[in-house]
Order: sequence, then structure tokens, then C-alpha cells
Amino acid sequence: MKYMLLIYAGAADENGGADEGLFEDWMAYDKEVKDAGIFVSGESLADLVTATTVRVDPDGERTVTDGPFAETRELLGGFYVIDVPDLDAALDWAARCPGARGSGAMVVRPVADFGV
Amino acid sequence: MASVEAVFREEHGRLLAALVRRFGDLDLAEEVASEAIEAALARWPVDGVPPKPGAWLMTTARRRAVDRLRRDQAFAARLAVLRVEAERAEPAPAADVDGGLPDERLQLFFTCAHPALAAEDRGALMLRCLAGLSTPEVARAFLVPAETMAKRITRAKKKIRAARIPFRAPGADELPGRLPGVLQVVYSIFTEGYAASSGPRLQRLDLAEEAIRLGRILRRLLPAEREVAGLLALMLLVHARRDARSGPDGEMVLLADQDRGRWDRAMIEEGRDLVTVALTGAPPGPYGVQAAIAALHDEAAGLDTTDWPQIVALYDVLLALAPSPIVTLNRAVAVAMRDGPEAGLALLDELADEPRLRGYHPYPAARADLLSRLGRFSEAAVAYREALELAGTEPERAYLRRRLDAIEE
Repeated sequence: MKYMLLIYAGAADENGGADEGLFEDWMAYDKEVKDAGIFVSGESLADLVTATTVRVDPDGERTVTDGPFAETRELLGGFYVIDVPDLDAALDWAARCPGARGSGAMVVRPVADFGV
Repeated sequence: MASVEAVFREEHGRLLAALVRRFGDLDLAEEVASEAIEAALARWPVDGVPPKPGAWLMTTARRRAVDRLRRDQAFAARLAVLRVEAERAEPAPAADVDGGLPDERLQLFFTCAHPALAAEDRGALMLRCLAGLSTPEVARAFLVPAETMAKRITRAKKKIRAARIPFRAPGADELPGRLPGVLQVVYSIFTEGYAASSGPRLQRLDLAEEAIRLGRILRRLLPAEREVAGLLALMLLVHARRDARSGPDGEMVLLADQDRGRWDRAMIEEGRDLVTVALTGAPPGPYGVQAAIAALHDEAAGLDTTDWPQIVALYDVLLALAPSPIVTLNRAVAVAMRDGPEAGLALLDELADEPRLRGYHPYPAARADLLSRLGRFSEAAVAYREALELAGTEPERAYLRRRLDAIEE
């Protein structure tokens, strides 16, 4: 069963970059996930100042705006998708992620399964 | 008939747990478990009770499940995937040699009390799945409309299925982290039943008794866990006072004024034996200590012969194990009994700025009581009025009003 682990930082710097903890910790975690054979995909996102929002209104008109900016307290900094047997296993992997520590938090969401 | 139903309620949790284990789906397990029990209710009075009733029920339920899966191939395929994944996580247990059902209710306890479920849904689910209560019964117990309760149970089951909360008991290394969550759910069912937080009735005996029943099942499943013994002891030792706790018109009777002759001696005995289990062998846990405190109250012939120094000492232990302003409050009341109201009041006043006691009516009520014992009646009246504004149940408010009237005269 696939779960997405969303990595939220509790605090951001002036560029909207996540307070990410030690680089070595992230490298070690990434290696553990891949060595365990559960890694499906995962990315780390660039600073929020680089983000752009797109909306399309009912007439098909496109609106492009800069941002959003890090006024929200929780900032999505990246994600993993892992394939594990059940929620307990997914929660264990989320708890081991450096993103779960300090002011950060992990949100674990099952990937929807439409049909077999 | 009622006793037959009681037997089935007991059997229901066991059957359900075994079916969940076999098919990996709570809804399917519930459906075929009820069908099997219906079939038994129709057949057994005619054919006689089979030699192995549990195995009969399981076989019948399993056949119904297989029929259902034949009719719904897509569902069957999905469950098959689930089964493979479940096996990946934990191999199936060896089949029971004597044909009896292995007791798999422990897994179900941990599923129902899973921290990923909403706190308010865990107790409801446990009553539904393990105590065998129907959804309308659970709804009545929690004083919510049946429809609301049905939605809550459906929501919880949906999360179990969609997020795949496992039917699995934690291993020895995880147990210390997970067991307190299970005990908390059982205890919250008990306290919910014992002192209703709102509404006209002070006690809802049914829920307290269901919680004790769940505690007994858990104790059989985890005989080596001393905190399980402690929790069951605590519930028994408190529940033993049920008849003395309210007067003929449902009014609240405090410990000080209870007719101790109406306490349930057999239940106290059973509770005391369990306290011994809970406190022997290693440092005690919070339930064991609370049970020991309850036992000291239950053993005393009256307030003046209660062992207050020992109770204060136990509260000190409890504060070290599980610090909370409510425990500090209870300790202050015990200190007042040991050293006099002045000493207790000084400790209570230290809690004046505690945010977690704001809105908690026992705090102003305890202050009011000590103030009136010191003859400081106008301050006591203010505190009683404060408590009156916060108290949830009508019997509690009636009690506080009586006290207020008494000191205003």
C-alpha cells in the first residue's frame, strides 16, 4: 500500500526556505528508505519564493500570481511516497524522518487506489 | 432469552476478531458475524447447542463470507491483495489444534484504540466491536442520536479500511508505548459512564459496567501486564461505591456522607487482590497507584479512620509518574484531611493560575469546602457560586446549591 509522507516545516527563513535540520541526517534517512526497498518516489521542494500559483476561471481565463508566501505556519518542503504493508509501518517511517523533529511535522496520507 | 443474548455478546467479540483476522475487513466480518449469530438463534433452540458453539459460529460465518466473496469478485480481489500484504507484515498464527478459536481480540483492541482514529471514536468502536453493543446501544450510552453515532462509527471504519490501520497487536518492544492508549480508552468509557459530564443523570451504570467487562477481557488477554490489573482494580474499587454515591432522588452523595454499608464488599475484595498484583514486582504505574488510593478509601470505616498520610504519599508517587494539576488538586484535598484545611487551602491557592484547572468545577468546589470549614463563609460562597456556574450535571449543581444555601443561612 502506498503512502505519501508530506514533510512540513514549522518555520521558514526569509526566502521561504524550510528549516531543514542537518543535511547528513536527511542523507542518512534517504539512504535508509531506499535500502529498505520501500521507496516509490520523493522530492525536496525549492524555496517558496520560487513558487507560482495558477488559477483558471470559468471562462478559461488564466491568472498567474507570484507566491504563495510563507505566511502559513506550515510549509510543505518535500515528500516521499513509500510502499509499506500498513499505516503503522508508514507512521514508523514518518517518525524516523528528520522532518518530524523540532518545529516540523509529517502528514501521512494513503495514496488513493481506484480499482485493483 | 436475555441470557442467551449475553452469551452471544461475549462470543461476538471473539468471533469478530477471528473473522477480521481471516478476511482482513471489519465490515465483512461484522456482517457475517451477525448473520452467524442470527442463524444460531434460529437453529440452536431446535437442534440443540452444538458441542463446540464457537467453532460452529465461525464455520457458519466463514461460509457466509465465502458466499459473499463469490458474489462480489472485485471485492474479493481487493481483499486478496490485503491478505497478501498483511502476511507480509505478520505471518498468520498456527491453526488451533483442538478446533477452538484462538483468541484474537487483542489485535482488535489495538485497532479500536489506534491513535490515528479520532479520540471520541475509539471508545465507541471498542464498545461496538469488543463489547458487542449495537450502534443504537452505543449511541444511548453516549447520549447522542443513533444517527450521529452511526456516522461516527462509519467514519472510523472507513479510516481503518482506507488508511489501512492494521489488525495487529504490537510486539513486546512496542507494547509499553501502545498499551497506555488502550487502557486510556477503556478508562474513558468508565469515567464517561460514571460521572456523566452533562445531562440530568449522575451515573450511567451501563457504560461503567461495559468498561469493567472490557477490562476483564483485557486482563485475560494480557495477564502479565500489571497496569491492566491496576486499571481493572481501579474501576472495581470505584464502582463498588455506586449504590452509595447517589441518594433516593438521584442527588449526589460525597464520599464523606456515603453509607459505607452499601458499598459492594465482593467487588472491593476483587479490586484489592488486583491492587496487590498491580503493585508487586516492579515500580507501579499510574493506574496501580490510583487503584491503591481507591482501596484505602474503600477499606476505611469513615473519613476519620482513613489513612490520609498513606493517601498523600500515594499522590506523591502518582505526581512523579503522571504529573497533572488534577492530581495536585486531589493531593491538596488529602493534605487538608491529614494536616487541616489551612494547609490544604494553601496548596490549592498555589494552583490559582493553572490554566488547565480553569473551567474545572471541582477546583472552586474544593476551595469552597475548605474555606467554609475555616469559617470564611463569604469567600466560600463566592467559590461555590463559581463552581455552580461550571458544574455539568444537575445532581452536582443541586449539591453545590445545597452547600451554598447552608452557609448563607
